[in-house]
Amino acid sequence: MTRITHHLTDALLMAYSAGSLPEAFSLTVATHVSLCDECRARLGAFDTVGGALLEAEAAPMSGDSLDATLARIRADGETRRTRPAPRRTGVLPAPLRDYVGGDLESVRWRPIGMGVKQAILPTATDATARLLYIPAGAAVPDHGHRGTELTLVLQGAFLDETARFGRGDIEVADQAVEHMPVADIGEDCICLAATDAPLRFRGVIPRLAQPFLRI
Amino acid sequence: MVTRMTETDVASTDANKENEDWVACMALIRDAGDEAAFARLFGHFAPRVKAFLMRSGADAALAEEVAQDVMATLWRKAHLFDPARASVATWIFTIARNRRIDALRRARRPEPEDLPWGPEPEPDQADALALQQESAQLGRALATLPEKQRVLIEKAYFGDLSHSEIAEETGLPLGTIKSRIRLALDRLRHAMK
Repeated sequence: MTRITHHLTDALLMAYSAGSLPEAFSLTVATHVSLCDECRARLGAFDTVGGALLEAEAAPMSGDSLDATLARIRADGETRRTRPAPRRTGVLPAPLRDYVGGDLESVRWRPIGMGVKQAILPTATDATARLLYIPAGAAVPDHGHRGTELTLVLQGAFLDETARFGRGDIEVADQAVEHMPVADIGEDCICLAATDAPLRFRGVIPRLAQPFLRI
Repeated sequence: MVTRMTETDVASTDANKENEDWVACMALIRDAGDEAAFARLFGHFAPRVKAFLMRSGADAALAEEVAQDVMATLWRKAHLFDPARASVATWIFTIARNRRIDALRRARRPEPEDLPWGPEPEPDQADALALQQESAQLGRALATLPEKQRVLIEKAYFGDLSHSEIAEETGLPLGTIKSRIRLALDRLRHAMK
């Protein structure tokens, strides 16, 4: 496993722990955490805060609630104590496979020009998640952001003005960031990208195409 | 040498002991289907889950129903609880949060990939003990935060703040518990090799 150097922010981890992120962002956080034990541990710390808040207040249950719950448990019958299956190998971690319906070979790519392909994932519409396929050495169209954009590398790597991002690395970009990511030369790059606002392209052609591409 | 305990020490010992009791109840449910142990957990946690859901916007009837559902899930998934990575309160919080998203927001919340092994072989006792103590300690740190900060954290957890409204600096000392969980994860990864 390569070393992950770009991690989630505290705000994103807390919002994920609280359960208040849009689905597309939750998917991206869950995928990163699947690859990154450091962020899995940080998420555990935020869940502990949730546990402490849970401890703080109580509201009385109705008198027969314990019996009702026990009756429900007995009706369920014997509990089968099965453990999670061993991890399958592949490029896509489990949360992403659920959305794609399999590993990479199941992705339904659509070309968006210059060899770049994308696949929009079926999430709630308050934010968008898509897989991006960028040929080795090719550029993603130059763009800024209106909202927040999360870009998680699943295969290959990309470089922008600030750093290099490899498998498992996540870039958290907000309005201030104007960048032009380029896929590293070694291998075609596959990323999961989530945004809560449409991207703002600087060239006229991508802007015209934007409504059709939904990017 | 004998040192006299301060009131804070007594309170923290109580909270530690309580956390360890809940862990023991979970083991009894897992290994023996012990209904008395379940009743003890229910008596303590069901009203807390109910309050948590009501503070997140559920009415009393829905909160009651979901709280029962959360406690039934605890019974069913008892074998997946790992005391080296979470206190019982923390684990119940994660179940309640997920049920709240289903019931109140009707949204999906993708979960990270399961670690492909549960707490078997039994987690290191010392690791589990330290984690339980540090969870109790974080609870006390939360209670002593300045009012304004605590209110912001509560608003975040009851779903009233978006991620862009959540402050990067919470003032909570999360480093110790994070390191402890990281250690437990490293041990699990190592045991798999």
